Amino acid sequence: MNWLSWTTPKRLRDKGIVGMNRRNIRYIGRYNNRRLYPLVDDKLQTKLLAQRYGITTPVLIGTVSTQFGVKHIAPMLDGHTGFVIKPAKGSGGKGILVIEHSEAGIFTKPSGAQLTLVDVERHVSNILSGLYSLGGAPDVAVIETLINFDESLLAYTYEGVPDIRVIIFQGYPVMAMMRLSTAASDGKANLHQGAVGVGLDIATGTALRGVQFDRPCHVHPDTGHELASLVIPQWETLLLLAAGCYEMTGLGYLGTDMVLDKTHGPMLLELNARPGLAIQMTNGEGLRPRLDLIERQKIALSPAERVAFAQHHFARRSELVTGTDVDAIDA
Amino acid sequence: MSRLPFYLIVGALLVAGIAASIQRHMQFEIPWVPGEQRQVWEIEALVNFNAQNGPVSVNMALPSHQEGFRVLTENTASSGYGLAYQADERGRRAEWTIRQAAGMQQLYYSVQMLVSPDSSSTLQPPSSPPPDIAWERPYDTSASQIIERAWSRSANTATFARELIQEINGDSQGENARLLLTQFEPSPLLVRLLNQAGVHARVVSGLVLEDGRRRQELTSWLQVFDAQKEKWLLFNPLTSQQGKPENLLLWESNGEAVLEVEGGSNSRVSFSMLTHYQPASAAVRNHLSDDTLLNFSIHSLPLEEQALFQTILLIPIGALVVVFLRVLVGIKTSGTFMPVLIALAFIQTTLLTGLIGFLLIVAVGLVIRNYLSHLNLLLVARVTAVIITVIAIISIFSVLAYKMGLNAGLTITFFPMIILAWTIERMSILWEEEGPKQVLIQGGGSLLTAVLAYLAMNNPWVRHITFNFLGVQLIIMALILLLGNYTGYRLLELRRFKPITDDESKA
Repeated sequence: MNWLSWTTPKRLRDKGIVGMNRRNIRYIGRYNNRRLYPLVDDKLQTKLLAQRYGITTPVLIGTVSTQFGVKHIAPMLDGHTGFVIKPAKGSGGKGILVIEHSEAGIFTKPSGAQLTLVDVERHVSNILSGLYSLGGAPDVAVIETLINFDESLLAYTYEGVPDIRVIIFQGYPVMAMMRLSTAASDGKANLHQGAVGVGLDIATGTALRGVQFDRPCHVHPDTGHELASLVIPQWETLLLLAAGCYEMTGLGYLGTDMVLDKTHGPMLLELNARPGLAIQMTNGEGLRPRLDLIERQKIALSPAERVAFAQHHFARRSELVTGTDVDAIDA
Repeated sequence: MSRLPFYLIVGALLVAGIAASIQRHMQFEIPWVPGEQRQVWEIEALVNFNAQNGPVSVNMALPSHQEGFRVLTENTASSGYGLAYQADERGRRAEWTIRQAAGMQQLYYSVQMLVSPDSSSTLQPPSSPPPDIAWERPYDTSASQIIERAWSRSANTATFARELIQEINGDSQGENARLLLTQFEPSPLLVRLLNQAGVHARVVSGLVLEDGRRRQELTSWLQVFDAQKEKWLLFNPLTSQQGKPENLLLWESNGEAVLEVEGGSNSRVSFSMLTHYQPASAAVRNHLSDDTLLNFSIHSLPLEEQALFQTILLIPIGALVVVFLRVLVGIKTSGTFMPVLIALAFIQTTLLTGLIGFLLIVAVGLVIRNYLSHLNLLLVARVTAVIITVIAIISIFSVLAYKMGLNAGLTITFFPMIILAWTIERMSILWEEEGPKQVLIQGGGSLLTAVLAYLAMNNPWVRHITFNFLGVQLIIMALILLLGNYTGYRLLELRRFKPITDDESKA
């Protein structure tokens, strides 16, 4: 990282980059009612809400909310070979236990490490006592089915499940990126920990450019696979699901984390009421012109109409695109 | 939603803050910068008289606020006498009374006068027309001739008074003046002549200030009322020079007797004086002013509470630094205002010892907390354990430092226990979740913020301003509100988002 390379506020403004202060005051402060935050901060609530609104999420196997219930976890897991246990109020991916395969009381993690039922029970017990929740508040363990990630995208990721972040502003999909875990990020999909972010074209779901540690990159650092050829299947369905989260939560400025399941297609993984700004880096473009355009829209549209609007107006081809980007998409 | 009320509030806060500060500066002459020295005259008046074995009442004029001087404090020493101060529009007086006194009596009055160039007097204009003056023959002709001569050679009240003084005491003294002087003293004579000509005049008593002088007498000065300019003009009745010399303190400025003694004889008053310089803030502290609610000042509190407030009033400055660094620069800190509290501890420990002590305690605490984390304790229990550990670490460091003769090591006890425990707790959670790099970024950011806040809070100029001008708190409030409204870029974002703008230049 070069600490001596700086730009000017004017050039950022010309690019339409939204800064942290503007995001906090102008978008989160104005469009996100604090009262609605628990809907997204509690993953169990989000999940139940999504089921009610017909938004696909990983299937809920069950929840554990009392230490007493920990002992009944074995029958609950019966018949599920792969599953995920996570704290409802955890943040930053902490406390998520992924079991890829279970057989005769032996639970295998993606890394190959093996756990016994007692280990799993202790993990659930820790979740309940608030080990992973903010401020140590008592929590609930959520157990859901394992996501079988779409194989066409497996080459782009290392260990972890890649997710697709779509920013939804007043129900319109504004900008999207894919977050690919790397060895540097320790299998996590957090950009500031070293995951690769790939900007996606809202119209087509194709890759625009890649960024690691806020600096451009063109191939996945671990798999060596070229990023430019990345295309998300079932893109329109994914956008529709994401756009529907606006009606579901009522939050005006929202980050939706989606995954692509091999059999169930696009699914909602979790929601974020304070999505970060790195998505601008991965898209090589500021959010502001798109947000401004949506703020000027007066008529309430259905999710499908909003997606169509976004695909029409935010298609990269119709905007100022560098020659290389167009070539990459056309190829 | 309109932002107008917001800007109105900010504007009102700014105006109120600035106005309150200026008012304090003007009214109490608190200087804007610390360390300014003010000249203070200490004047002692000694009243001597022989009591006639009966009730005694001594009435003496006292100096008031006036052009160039301001009364700071005053004291009296007079054993057995009752004392009362009187103040009205005609000046301030002290009255000593006793039922029975005999022989030589001594009464002391001492006053501290602050030299303040922009101080002004509040002299009342005369209410009645000048008294009619009757002269006996043959003085009446001499008087009218002198007045006529001076009148013809003058243009206004000031020059008329000057010419009159010249006629009586100066080079142009003639037969008429010499005749009148056989009957009158020069100063009362001038007053009579001026009154005769329809001009208000009076004799006032002044003290010429000279450092280290003793047994000084008051001198007479002539005050003439200029009806056009509505103000009193001061003349030296001997030289006809107009205006008040810099070192002249008007002890009695209403044309009344300086000293009146009932039941005593041979009374006289003499003065001794000393000058010295003292810090302006001390001069302000000694201020003799009316304690009204409007005079909202911390200086009216006991000294101990003042010292406490001095620290409390610095916290908004530290908070302003934090808000500035987070909103405008984009520095990450662990805990919003923890840096301010660390900075407060630095003020007690001095910066270097504070930094070393802080790093030592947090480092050792992190190691121990790391062990505690293996025990899978509940949060409250864990933090409590960390607090006890911190106390132990502080005790050990203090004892070690003392044994090695390092007294500075003892000051680490000034660190607030809970702050250290929380810092250790947060840092260790950060270490587990995000890795040591984030600990360095956030911990370093916190420490940098704490050091900057410390430098701002410990600045003598800032300390002086926050302590003496409460209005500044309103200004800080307005600034923080404005910063909370800032939607522009943070400084560090200019670096973060640099790659995006690079494309533009290529295109």
